[in-house]
Amino acid sequence: MEIPSDLRYTADHEWAKEDQGRVRVGLTDFAQDALGDIVFVDLPAVGSEVAQGGPLGEVESTKSVSQVYAPVSGRVVEVNEALRDAPEDLNAEPYAKGWLCVIEPSERAQFDDLLDAAGYRDLTEA
Amino acid sequence: MSPAPAHEQGSLTPAGGRARSTPLMGRAPEPSLFELSVKGRRSASFRTSGLPDWTLEELVPEAYRAPEPVELPEVSERDLVAHFTRLTHRQYSVDLGAYPLGSCTMKYNPKSCDLAASLAGFADVHPASPPSCTQGWLELLVELEQSLCVITGMAAATLQPPAGAAGELTGLLLMRAYHSANDGGSPARRRVIIPDSAHGTNPASVTLSGFEVTTVGTNARGGVDIDGLRRVLDTDVAGMMLTNPNTLGLFEEEIAEITRLVHDVGGLMYYDGANLNAILGVVRPGDMGFDIVHLNLHKTFATPHGGGGPGAGPVAVSERLVDFLPGPRPVRRPDGSFGWHKPEHSIGRIHSWHGNALVLLRAWTYVRLNGSDGLRRVAETAVLNANFVKERLRGTYELPYDRPVMHECVVSARSIAKETGVRALDVAKRLLELGFHSPTVYFPHIVDEALMIEPTETESPQTVAALADALVQIAEEARAEDGTGAAAAQGAPATTPVGRVDETRAARHLIATIDQRPPSGG
Repeated sequence: MEIPSDLRYTADHEWAKEDQGRVRVGLTDFAQDALGDIVFVDLPAVGSEVAQGGPLGEVESTKSVSQVYAPVSGRVVEVNEALRDAPEDLNAEPYAKGWLCVIEPSERAQFDDLLDAAGYRDLTEA
Repeated sequence: MSPAPAHEQGSLTPAGGRARSTPLMGRAPEPSLFELSVKGRRSASFRTSGLPDWTLEELVPEAYRAPEPVELPEVSERDLVAHFTRLTHRQYSVDLGAYPLGSCTMKYNPKSCDLAASLAGFADVHPASPPSCTQGWLELLVELEQSLCVITGMAAATLQPPAGAAGELTGLLLMRAYHSANDGGSPARRRVIIPDSAHGTNPASVTLSGFEVTTVGTNARGGVDIDGLRRVLDTDVAGMMLTNPNTLGLFEEEIAEITRLVHDVGGLMYYDGANLNAILGVVRPGDMGFDIVHLNLHKTFATPHGGGGPGAGPVAVSERLVDFLPGPRPVRRPDGSFGWHKPEHSIGRIHSWHGNALVLLRAWTYVRLNGSDGLRRVAETAVLNANFVKERLRGTYELPYDRPVMHECVVSARSIAKETGVRALDVAKRLLELGFHSPTVYFPHIVDEALMIEPTETESPQTVAALADALVQIAEEARAEDGTGAAAAQGAPATTPVGRVDETRAARHLIATIDQRPPSGG
């Protein structure tokens, strides 16, 4: 189970990466493995406002449809359009090609409160 | 010498619900109707119709005519009937054998219910007939509504919603109308609470009706996390949707406390009737504190299941919601006759006419056939069968939240998957080869590698035992040293008309219509 040490995590299995003041968001390796083959990704609209812990989008696998939650509050400034045609990227490269969107955070402190890699690992092994 | 009666043959009695003898002529793919089509061929023609010979141009104004005729299959009656009969023979159905699809209550439906619905006096009545000509129908609808209210402990019901999901939407619209009337139209109550074990339709219905979903977790005993519930309750909560027993097949032990907490902040309690089969005639949602109940007649009251066919999802409500019910409702007038009445603050129509009336007739027949004592026995036997399966699977499958279950049990194939690579999906596919429909898999989401098994009350002890033994057999084969059993499960089903389908590819590259299919058929 890959849990990169340079990322932050939520208990709902999203990862977040800070990049020049913006936060890139995706689903963890643990999440994609539990979901199984992902067949559809519903992404938020660019420009939409999201609240921490509120709905960000949905991922559908052959098993189920699952909600994705926003790790931080802010405005969605970019989404991974390629996932619409290639949802399998989320299974193959959850931390790279399978990213979901980029959020311009409204409250910087929220990012610092997210789990670190060790904290997330404890959660998945509990 | 005649053979001994079945009850004296003990374990030698074959399982009547096991379908391993279905005749199959071959496994070639069945051509579609479009492929069977021959230009100009007709399934029926009248020698004389008695009708004047009108042309298309005379019948339909030009503005409404398509530029070209739609391509429809043209087949003879003989080929048409053969096509659908062959498709029928390739299907698994409730009439064919046991169907332990958890949370769906796929019980056998008595044929007498269909017989009642085929009586001309019911079937041939036009819904626009004046009440003076349909007193019998109206009486039946009123009686069904009353029966459902007695069973659920509610004050009144609407029979209009044509399915469970339509019932959910109706219930939530009632919730909205109630709060609007009581909060002076204020939109403050915008949240509906749903447990993380809930049916997927619950959050979908909440969103569709304009509310927001708030999820509450599950405690170690498989019930609602009460402290978690307290944390999310506030005066902006419109209500809570709950099924009891829940999707783990467990009775919600703290239901009285849950309904009290939700009522204390002014919220309403919504009972998802999907699992009513477990409590029929034993305990009533109304006594638990629920305000709105939807009923899936196709689950609990033995009317035909889905497939796009007509359904019925009546909604029963407590006294304070009666004035908001959809209308017009069939009612008994003071003089004993029957007519229609629209409630004062009705949310309006949910379905044209009176709902799917012939489905309602089947449910009325089922209630009459069983009586109150029979309905209670339905629940008791359903619960007994589910606990039998659970105990038979103990030691082979993991039993999360291990306590007596209600009408269904959720077991986990997690350890089998870890040891052998055979997952819940493979167990389900292999079960088809052993003559049973698969259980629900990967639901509820809070159980890893979940298999959700609902044997229902209509299967015999022999069938329930054979089903449980088949599930044990699959696990034991998977654990065999040489790996052949695991490989067989992962490749299953090999004996069915259609083998293992590539679900991922089917979902990612959906071919929705026949003309989108590649010419090679690949």
